[in-house]
Amino acid sequence: MTTSKTRERGAAIDIRNATKRYGSFTALDDVSLHIKPGEFMTLLGPSGSGKTTTLNVVAGFTDLTSGELSVGGESILGVPAHKRNIGVVFQHYALFPHMTVGKNVAYPLTLRGIEKGEREKRVRRALDMVKMADFAHRYPSELSGGQQQRVALARAIVFDPPLLLMDEPLGALDKKLREWLQLEIKRIHRELGTTFVYVTHDQEEALVLSDRIAVFNQGRIEQVGTGRELYDEPATLFVGKFIGESTTLRGNAETSGGETSLTVAGQRIVASNKLANGAKPVILLRPEKLSLAPGNKPQADSQNSLTGNISEAIYLGSGSKYQVTLRDGSVAIVRAPLEAQQFAIGDEVDLRWHISDCKLLADDERADLTLT
Amino acid sequence: MKPFRIILGLFCLLVAIWLVLPTLVIIPMSFNEKKSLAFPPSGFTWHWYENFFTNPDWSSSFFNSLRVAAIVAVTATIVGTLAALGLSRMKHAGAGILRAILITPMVVPGVVLAIGIYAVYLNYQLVGTTLGFVIAHTMLAVPFVLIAVSASLEVFDVRLETAAASLGANRLTTFRTITLPLILPGILSGLLFAFVTSFDEIIVALFITSPYLKTLPVQIYTSITRDADPTVTAVGTIIFLATSLIITGGLIIGSQRRR
Ligand SMILES: Nc1ncnc2c1ncn2[C@@H]1O[C@H](COP(=O)(O)OP(=O)(O)OP(=O)(O)O)[C@@H](O)[C@H]1O
Ligand SMILES: [Mg+2]
Repeated sequence: MTTSKTRERGAAIDIRNATKRYGSFTALDDVSLHIKPGEFMTLLGPSGSGKTTTLNVVAGFTDLTSGELSVGGESILGVPAHKRNIGVVFQHYALFPHMTVGKNVAYPLTLRGIEKGEREKRVRRALDMVKMADFAHRYPSELSGGQQQRVALARAIVFDPPLLLMDEPLGALDKKLREWLQLEIKRIHRELGTTFVYVTHDQEEALVLSDRIAVFNQGRIEQVGTGRELYDEPATLFVGKFIGESTTLRGNAETSGGETSLTVAGQRIVASNKLANGAKPVILLRPEKLSLAPGNKPQADSQNSLTGNISEAIYLGSGSKYQVTLRDGSVAIVRAPLEAQQFAIGDEVDLRWHISDCKLLADDERADLTLT
Repeated sequence: MKPFRIILGLFCLLVAIWLVLPTLVIIPMSFNEKKSLAFPPSGFTWHWYENFFTNPDWSSSFFNSLRVAAIVAVTATIVGTLAALGLSRMKHAGAGILRAILITPMVVPGVVLAIGIYAVYLNYQLVGTTLGFVIAHTMLAVPFVLIAVSASLEVFDVRLETAAASLGANRLTTFRTITLPLILPGILSGLLFAFVTSFDEIIVALFITSPYLKTLPVQIYTSITRDADPTVTAVGTIIFLATSLIITGGLIIGSQRRR
């Protein structure tokens, strides 16, 4: 199987202006999302943000109030779930307890009238792929959670669907197992070339797995992009805070001579962009973009600097992590490499970063409220 | 601690004896040589068993009961299972009320029901007919099926049906291959309850019976009030052994298919 050939197996998905209301409550609010053939797309967001609803709409378990949905270029609105030929993996495994592993995996093939020899061959291939071939004669109750989920995955891919949906498939498993299965899922995605849509509220998991991530918040998509894009260039404060560690600083903004500056904790700092009129600015900084210097040393022109005191120092092996409390009480998180100068709690330091890393975002209270 | 446990054990034994003794008493009585129901029995004879199998009064009533109970088991199981499925899928408050209504035949005093049924049956010539018995007994048996099937639906994970749909199964196939096998223990125990409910029902039967169609309980009752015929003890013993066998078999099957 060549890469280009396997890629053709995946279907494109097009969700346009999808809205889902339950009574007066809007679970999905005008969501549009295009997923490319063979792409690994993750829907990431806090609890209740509409991820499962989106997945259920694609799977055919839930109807849209309004909007369009097509898979592989054809509209599938109104097509019942059992005719959609889409694989689904659930958080709760949903294996049939009265069937052995082999029977479970054979189930979709039996429904499609595939004859016995071919069926057995494909069941074995699917179980091989998830490394569960030795368990074909066991019942689901005789398997661990991770093993059950691997069987569920085999059952969802055995009929070669062009699209596989997964709703927090690893949510019920412990961290070690989860990390291992993430790599397994990634490998299977690569081998199959099927389009994967994966739901999680774990941003690390999303970064490990995805080609692109759609960040959901309160029934809307805040931003779609690669992990790097979301981390380096968040479109909203919510995205910036949801992905990775960050420090946020607030202050009064003023624009003069094409330069926007901010007064934070009594000190002036310069921003690299400016906001649309009227929006309250907030600065979002990544811990590894910040550096520390002993107090009151002069800084380079291209740098911003704020004075504070170390309030926590943590040795991480690969480096150190510091909390710096600024004069206005706000707290910054800094990651320093081992070769950088080390500090102790109470030390007065200057917190520094390049002006080009100092992007203003529009302030948004929702970003704090909805964090899990 | 120790003497307390012994006392507790003895007490449990006492209760157990109290519960099964009346049933066990009929076994020695069924071999009583004298033609009376006197206790304790004396002598030994197979005569009453012979009588049960040769006297057409007994054998025909036995087969009547068997026939009615078999039909009732099927009809009540179908009706009760469908009702349980429907109710389990109803989301609004009406479901509770509907369930309560469907269970009333179980809680309304038998005589009250019997009078009502009798009055209606007189009008429609249903007294003394198999159809009449089947309708009345199905009504009495449906609540048992409903309760048994509802209990197994309670532990049935509906999300399995969603999973089956995603794998390509339509509603009917999903029911046949997923739902039905998983609630089968409940359906089978409902079937058993329905059969037994009809088989030993007496109150309604006494009202709607006729000389041409007697069920076994009616036959037992009339024979005992007329001439204290010890054949009833033989009948009782046979039924006791048969039901014990069925229930034991059911328990064994039930414990084997549980996984
Ligand atoms: N059947 C329903 N009736 C009413 N509201 C619903 C229904 N299903 C979902 N909702 C609401 O829609 C919103 C989005 O739900 P959804 O299940 O998509 O969230 P989610 O992003 O998957 O969250 P989680 O991470 O907790 O699974 C929630 O506020 C939920 O309460
Ligand atoms: Mg969800």
